[in-house]
Amino acid sequence: MSAQLSPPVDAPIATRPLPVRTFWSRALRHRSFVLGGLLSLLVVASALLSLVWTPWSPYEIDIAAKLRPPSAAHWLGTDSFGRDIVSLLLAGARSTILVGIIAVSIGLSFGVCLGLIASAKRGWTEEIIMRFSDFTFAFPAVLSAIMLAAVAGPGMVTSIIAIGIFQIPTLTRLTRGSANAIWAREFVLAARASGKGAFRITIEHVLPNILSILIVQATIQFALAILAEAALSYLGLGTQPPQPSWGRMLNDAQTMLFQSPMLAVYPGAAIAIAVLGLNLLGDGLRDLLDPRLAGER
Amino acid sequence: MSVFVLRRVLTLLATLVGASVIIFLVLDALPGNAAQMLMGADASPDAVRALTIKLGLDQPLAIRYLQWIKGIVVGDLGNSYVYGTPVASLIAERLVLTVPLAIMSMLITVVLALSAGIYTAANHNKLGDVGVMSLTQVGIALPNFWFAILLVLLFAVRLQWLSAGGFAGWDDGIWLGVKSLLLPSISLAVVQAAILARVTRSAVLEVLREDFVRTARAKGLGKREVLWSHVLRNAMIPVMTVMGLQFANLLAGTIVIENVFYLPGLGRLIFQSIANRDLIVVRNCVMLLAAMVVIVNFVVDVLYAFIDPRIKVHDL
Amino acid sequence: MPGSATLIEVDNLGVRLNTSRGPAQAVRGVSFALKRGETLGLVGESGCGKSVTALSLMGLLPESAVVTGSIKLDGAELARLPDAEYCKLRGNRISMIFQEPMTALNPMHTIGHQVAEPLRRHKRYSAAQARKEAIALLDRVGLPDPAKRIDAYPHQFSGGQRQRVTIAMALACEPDLLIADEPTTALDVTIQGQILDLVADLVEERGMSMILISHDLGVIAENVQRMMVMYGGTVVESGPTNEVFRRMGHPYTQGLFRARPKLGARKGTRLTTISGTVPELADLPSGCTFADRCPLVIERCRSALPPMVEVGAGHNVRCIRTDVSMAANVGALSA
Repeated sequence: MSAQLSPPVDAPIATRPLPVRTFWSRALRHRSFVLGGLLSLLVVASALLSLVWTPWSPYEIDIAAKLRPPSAAHWLGTDSFGRDIVSLLLAGARSTILVGIIAVSIGLSFGVCLGLIASAKRGWTEEIIMRFSDFTFAFPAVLSAIMLAAVAGPGMVTSIIAIGIFQIPTLTRLTRGSANAIWAREFVLAARASGKGAFRITIEHVLPNILSILIVQATIQFALAILAEAALSYLGLGTQPPQPSWGRMLNDAQTMLFQSPMLAVYPGAAIAIAVLGLNLLGDGLRDLLDPRLAGER
Repeated sequence: MSVFVLRRVLTLLATLVGASVIIFLVLDALPGNAAQMLMGADASPDAVRALTIKLGLDQPLAIRYLQWIKGIVVGDLGNSYVYGTPVASLIAERLVLTVPLAIMSMLITVVLALSAGIYTAANHNKLGDVGVMSLTQVGIALPNFWFAILLVLLFAVRLQWLSAGGFAGWDDGIWLGVKSLLLPSISLAVVQAAILARVTRSAVLEVLREDFVRTARAKGLGKREVLWSHVLRNAMIPVMTVMGLQFANLLAGTIVIENVFYLPGLGRLIFQSIANRDLIVVRNCVMLLAAMVVIVNFVVDVLYAFIDPRIKVHDL
Repeated sequence: MPGSATLIEVDNLGVRLNTSRGPAQAVRGVSFALKRGETLGLVGESGCGKSVTALSLMGLLPESAVVTGSIKLDGAELARLPDAEYCKLRGNRISMIFQEPMTALNPMHTIGHQVAEPLRRHKRYSAAQARKEAIALLDRVGLPDPAKRIDAYPHQFSGGQRQRVTIAMALACEPDLLIADEPTTALDVTIQGQILDLVADLVEERGMSMILISHDLGVIAENVQRMMVMYGGTVVESGPTNEVFRRMGHPYTQGLFRARPKLGARKGTRLTTISGTVPELADLPSGCTFADRCPLVIERCRSALPPMVEVGAGHNVRCIRTDVSMAANVGALSA
């Protein structure tokens, strides 16, 4: 059948990033990459914009102006404290991205190191690292955040650490799995035969070859971090007022559900857009960086 | 087979012990901590010390840990610092809500995900496939508590079919209880189902490419028969793995969702206990949730052996 | 009266597939007829269209494939038959044995279940009846201790044993036509002969027709009465097996013959290869498909697809240079 027509090429498990020019020309024709990229850019741009300008102050409470409907002055109206919704949404993007970036960095630095060590050392080291990551799976972000909040009190730092810890096992497993595949390849055997040590091989051969897989996963982990941050802030365990955050806005809006239902729609839509954008971007990157996996999910 | 199960049981126990050590260390490492927290920062040191002794918190860490584990084994989890009532009965009261909620949402998840996944795989690259897959892409991006709020907006505020929250209990008939858990379980399930549907679809597509599918077709089986009798069982392995992992998210989700719907379940209990600084309750609740996650994944591992005949021989 | 009636008749079969590199005419202008009890070999390199031809007889091409021409079984048209109708024939009147016994069986079902499946389906046997018959079939194909092993799973068998199971499966409903697609390619050399002998015995015993597909000229020479050589989706040579081997009209057939490793060849003798590579079916040349690799190619070869030329009784060659090729061949063989 088709296997007869195009003999299966021994495709590499991970590919190096393609030359820059072909990458972009293919990327710009990739629908989910473009859409995901635009949505993600929108969120990043909002966060950056909020640093220098918001229509109103997101901190200033003006009870007299509470629950205003959308108008020329307040494009999406005001909340129960009289704060401008647009300003809150813009400033909320900031917390979201901040928490996401730090948490994913924690997850990446620990997860990738542990995964690389497990893969390079094998034996007991690998066994211990993998068992450890197994039972870290038993603690979803919300659960670890609850534990941390119980002893250290709720706050942005608590939520960042909790989300970061929750990211580690996934990234450890992924790194170890892809690194093991690279360790079995001929060019690594050749490098070992020429007397290179495990550390040098890891840095020179393994890491560059699993980089594209890690980039894709980091994008998706970022989306998961945003969801977790929103949930924690909603529960009051994450970003604390008056620092604006989308999760917190939803919590405030829920008490006003009967008076002004739209207040509960905007922040949720913002979260969904950010997550959707990152997921699409991740899917697109996967197709572009690693054609073998295209369409697998 | 028995060796396989035995090995898994040992791993399970090790994992549970590991989890309990971590929970204990995080929550109870500082000896006076719990008492200090209960009494607040302004409490006099003497009063704190008195409470520490009263609660038995002055004993060495290892002793307290072993006492806790012994308590778990014999079913005595100690008394709440705040209410003075047994923690076990506090938790049991709440499980009446949380367990049915988790089961209902898992059921809805599985039904939605399997039907969507199988449908899209069977109609690969057709309009229905593309449509449902785009929907799941959006579904994955929805925060479940926001989806819950939207459901409340629609069914409670706009249509007024269901109440916006609260739990009717099981005393006035099962239906009332189920009804009050309907929106919470749907909002938990939809997001999970979106992920699981995508996993199911790719697992089914993967199996459809296998040679034995062509063999089955060559025997005269129709496409649909091949799908049901040959493909699905093979595709279930990755689907079950993900289902097991999702269970952890689902339990974490119940904590959030119970707060959206003001449901007096385990999640609310944890929350109130954090607010009350009732660390003994927090510790046991967290342990229970972690144990549920670990045990469900253990059950999934063992189920593999029943689904896939190759595993028995392979692991002996 | 078996042996005289035409069982299957293929006329001007064409198959167009959608590949990742665009549409490809995988098979074109393939015609042949097969009587009851007759055996036909299809030989060629991978990608020449032999498997696609087999799958189109089974009606198992991908949905996007476009089939033209006609396939008749006992005079009834099969090409473009609705799948539900085709299901009644597959495994019942036409059966197929595949190349990979390791993956052709479902790992999750017992072999007994898989052998019984066509019986349950086409003959409406009860579970007990089908089980009894499956044991008998497994016994016939030489699986040791079938009554005991019928409830075992595929992974508990060796490759050769699994191929015996797939043969039992294919034979369950006593089909009129058996298609064997490289049935021994994935097996150990020592097992290959046993499996081919088994298939030959069964074909003889049950008066089936068989289409045997192989890239191995030796396998074809020993097992079929007639043969077709395929290249680039077309039949380049066809005829009675011994006639084709004796006279070899097409330069490609000659190349295949020379490229085959010979026992007893002097050490250090170079294996002759056919220069060039198999053309991509997505971009076939307009003339003779073999032109780019042919040692005898002339300008006229590239202008149009050569017609079939009859060079002997029932022996046809798709070449305009048979005068040269067959003359040269006489020398080549005697040398």
